[in-house]
Amino acid sequence: MTLRVNDLKVYYQTLRGDVHALDGVTFDLADGEIMGLAGESGCGKTTLGKSLIRLDSRMKHVGGTIELDGKNVPIADEKAMVPLRYHEISLIPQYAMSALNPTRKIGRMIKDLMKARGVDPASIEDELHRRLELVGLEQDVLNRFPIELSGGMKQRVVMVISTLLNPSLLIADEVTSALDVSTQRAVAESMVEFRDRGFVKSMVFVTHDLSLVYQMADTIMVMYAGHVVEKASAKTIVNEPKHPYTQMLISALPEVGSTEEQGRLEGIPGKPPGLLDPPTGCRFKDRCPLAFSKCSERPPLVEIEPGHWAACWKTG
Amino acid sequence: MWRYIGRKLFVYLLTFVIAVTINWMIPRFMPGDPVRSMLNRASISDPEALERMTTYYETVFGLDTPLYQQYFNFWAGLFRGELGVSSMLYPQPVLDIILRSLPYTLALLLPAILLSWIVGNRFGAFAARNKVLDNTVLPVGYILTATPYMWLALLLAWSMGIVLGWFPASGGYSFSLIPEFSWLFISDLISHWFLPFMSLFIVALGGWAIGMRNMIIYELEADYSNYLQALGAPRRLIRRYAFRNAMLPQITGLAVQLGTVIAGALLTEIVFNYPGLGTLILSALNNRDFFVLQGVFLFVVVGVLIANFIIDIIYVLIDPRTRVQMTGGGA
Repeated sequence: MTLRVNDLKVYYQTLRGDVHALDGVTFDLADGEIMGLAGESGCGKTTLGKSLIRLDSRMKHVGGTIELDGKNVPIADEKAMVPLRYHEISLIPQYAMSALNPTRKIGRMIKDLMKARGVDPASIEDELHRRLELVGLEQDVLNRFPIELSGGMKQRVVMVISTLLNPSLLIADEVTSALDVSTQRAVAESMVEFRDRGFVKSMVFVTHDLSLVYQMADTIMVMYAGHVVEKASAKTIVNEPKHPYTQMLISALPEVGSTEEQGRLEGIPGKPPGLLDPPTGCRFKDRCPLAFSKCSERPPLVEIEPGHWAACWKTG
Repeated sequence: MWRYIGRKLFVYLLTFVIAVTINWMIPRFMPGDPVRSMLNRASISDPEALERMTTYYETVFGLDTPLYQQYFNFWAGLFRGELGVSSMLYPQPVLDIILRSLPYTLALLLPAILLSWIVGNRFGAFAARNKVLDNTVLPVGYILTATPYMWLALLLAWSMGIVLGWFPASGGYSFSLIPEFSWLFISDLISHWFLPFMSLFIVALGGWAIGMRNMIIYELEADYSNYLQALGAPRRLIRRYAFRNAMLPQITGLAVQLGTVIAGALLTEIVFNYPGLGTLILSALNNRDFFVLQGVFLFVVVGVLIANFIIDIIYVLIDPRTRVQMTGGGA
């Protein structure tokens, strides 16, 4: 088991109180698994991604543990996290387009970073060139400034940099959101290839694009308002989702060839609850057509069939 | 690269021509007749003699020709390096008078501008993200940068010059000394230079430190800083990058500030009676010597233009983004 997250709670500290962005998140990630992390905006998926590598100053670790390759990941301890970062856990950020220092040539920046992380830049040079080639970039990009690259090129450069030290876990946060469809596909394919070649052991792919993760991910985890709602193989989530939220989420996606006569696409009425003062019990109950009295208690995440986890009283 | 420099040169040349024209116009449309005021000092009572002397001096200064011809004469003289003859120190050439004052102003301005910029930037970067320094030094910085140059100059002249008596409060060197290349004279020069220098340096320092502090905080929040942090890069590397990027607006700021600093230097020189261009301007104004005025303004304009041009070129060398723009290449 690569990654084991147990009852993780991370709150944002604000002037009006704590925002319960992650409220008891539990899941496992196997070696070689690419997990798509899906959900609406504000459901805590980016917070989860960040929590695995670096809490920002407003984030507070309230409870729960993270284990990577059998070792504890001390996310609240900024100093103790440093050796793990990049070497063990790495990140392709949401803002890959602006993640590179604008006044340093890319090659120079990589050298600086390697030296700072105690890696001899010469020792990874050949590998760097190979990987650039793999994602379809010429070696010449190393002599260029970020401004001279297109968005897709910058994205791929960041991908190569982030995975250069072969981390165990890679968090890819909305890496395809800013790209056009054809580039999205290329990026997604490269990510799978990186996993297949062993550049990264396993990957959490944060996205709101369910159709994209369906094509590349092994499993999909759906989150809602800081809770894990359902986790299963990508096929199961898309074809036979069990949790009512997942079902409604999937039914809100258009299918190829569907016309309006066959029925208009249904959205999910209502909006997610505010997390400053979240409701008790199941957080989806106010929008859920199946809600009943028991939903005022929080449903546990249970394995309803091998590899298929869901948190709903109706599915259990 | 050369096309960019050529274009910039053209703009600066145009600015120069316009500045020189305005420079030529202002004294001529200013109230007061320089020849008349010069002759008034001689208190000549014979109207015929006055008439003849007026005509004589107007010929000497070239004021007897029509305005447009005066204008062209002015340009022609400029290219020959002639700025005319001073009326208050007749018959000394304006150029000689200016060249005598220029070293004092340069010796004040260059160290004050550059040192305050360098020290201010270093200090601001250091203070950013340091709670204690930020809370104590920043308010002081705000007060300093809001201080008018001449007010601080007066304060320094009074406290350190008169009350404490550490430094002479007036002049460029002691009147008892003859300018020569000796240790005694040079140390005297430096002690006279110190207070005017400090008053310029301190005011400018506050502004730079505050600007840099704000820029560094902004850069440390930038995406590239966050990315490096997530990859576990040490603080040192991140701060180095932030510093380099935060420098860019500061360099632009330097170009913009040059004009104000020069104005500040003029006032400071007057307060300390320092024999630089500022004091020269004041006495030229008082004596309606518009040949000297014109000459000084010309030097100031040329100085600011040259400094801005140098900064433009430096900017291109250190910011790849301007380099891309100017070569016309896109991503």
